[in-house]
Amino acid sequence: MSASDPDFVRHHGSLGHIVPLRVLALTLAGLLLLTVVTVGVTMVPWLDLGPAGNLWIALLIATIKAALVALYFMHLRYEKPIISIILIVTLCFVILFIGLSMMDSRAYQPSIRAYRAVDPTRYAPDVYNR
Amino acid sequence: MTANSPSASPSTHAQHLAHHFESPAQQFDAAVQGMWLFLATEILLFAGLFCLYAVFRANNPEIFQHAHHYLSKPLGALNTVVLLCSSFTVAAAVRCAQLGRSRQSATLLGLTLACGLAFLGVKYVEYHHKWKEGLLWGRHFRLTEGEAATLPSAAGPATLPAAAPDATSASLGPPAAGDSAPSVASSDEPSATFRPMVLAPPGLRSPDEPAGVTTPQQQVRNIQTFFAVYFLMTGLHALHVLVGLGLIAWITWRTVAGAFSPLYFTPVAMAALYWHLVDLIWIYLFPLLYLIH
Repeated sequence: MSASDPDFVRHHGSLGHIVPLRVLALTLAGLLLLTVVTVGVTMVPWLDLGPAGNLWIALLIATIKAALVALYFMHLRYEKPIISIILIVTLCFVILFIGLSMMDSRAYQPSIRAYRAVDPTRYAPDVYNR
Repeated sequence: MTANSPSASPSTHAQHLAHHFESPAQQFDAAVQGMWLFLATEILLFAGLFCLYAVFRANNPEIFQHAHHYLSKPLGALNTVVLLCSSFTVAAAVRCAQLGRSRQSATLLGLTLACGLAFLGVKYVEYHHKWKEGLLWGRHFRLTEGEAATLPSAAGPATLPAAAPDATSASLGPPAAGDSAPSVASSDEPSATFRPMVLAPPGLRSPDEPAGVTTPQQQVRNIQTFFAVYFLMTGLHALHVLVGLGLIAWITWRTVAGAFSPLYFTPVAMAALYWHLVDLIWIYLFPLLYLIH
């Protein structure tokens, strides 16, 4: 029996989950639809939630799209839990990393502005002008 | 290549199964887990740039609100669609490889290659335009007057002539150190009102911008920092597209050569995972860079 024989797969089981083509096609359709939505909300005036709101909407849609890609295209839904744990822990660290950096930089912005307001020219050393 | 000859099929097990694995399934699971660990490091690599973006944007929202007008939304959307389609074709290629349909798999991988090349083609058009217009990073930034005039926000309500302090006014009344100047240090107000930076440091200033003078197109200052972020993020992403294309070209060739079977298609699955990651990153880059509003 050849290993490339579909019967072989049927009898011995496949490596990894074989995602039905219909599921893959539906995932693509969902992704394209969400792309239209995320572009569309930037063009409809009454959906304008202000810079912060728009950013969160865009991030929400992007995260749904990313979840679709990960769950179905990348087989995450059919993998062992350890794979999801690896991804979720990674994302937690990303959030921690970005969140702490933003909190930190926000905390010292007033000092920077006050410092520059006194004498803007002393802000940068001459090394930039060479 | 003995692995390619059908006569070797009775020993296919032994051929691709390393001796420290019990079964092809166990070996495949280990490969998947290792690949996801690698993808985790890739996510953390890009997280550095997303962090840069977040800090820059949080502190200088007016730069991002203004500068994204220089990016082409249609081209960005086109690239998103192209990349999503390529992600679908490569996922379908893995499915065909799992089922032992090598010829279909090779065709789908070829389509993926075509989509990837189309993505890079569109990227080239975008980069070329920015290169020509001088929409670059740091000191290489040189904005032509005509380009600035076409922008909606260049002379719109975004400008705050009275609140844009120059060097002379700033040096007239120096506030005590630590006591933030009320006209500029209002970080808690809604970011819809533009809050220009006091003065670009010389290294970040475009060369033809005299210190402390506000020309019409520079009322929003330091928009070259947006292009530094833009080129860093899309550049690193494009590098990953290139690597992904190389991997997919390689496994297309191997598929055509008949190297893969339902018992051994690990390289196809791993290259596909890598390609999906490239797609994942772009899913975030597109709204964050092109769809600011």
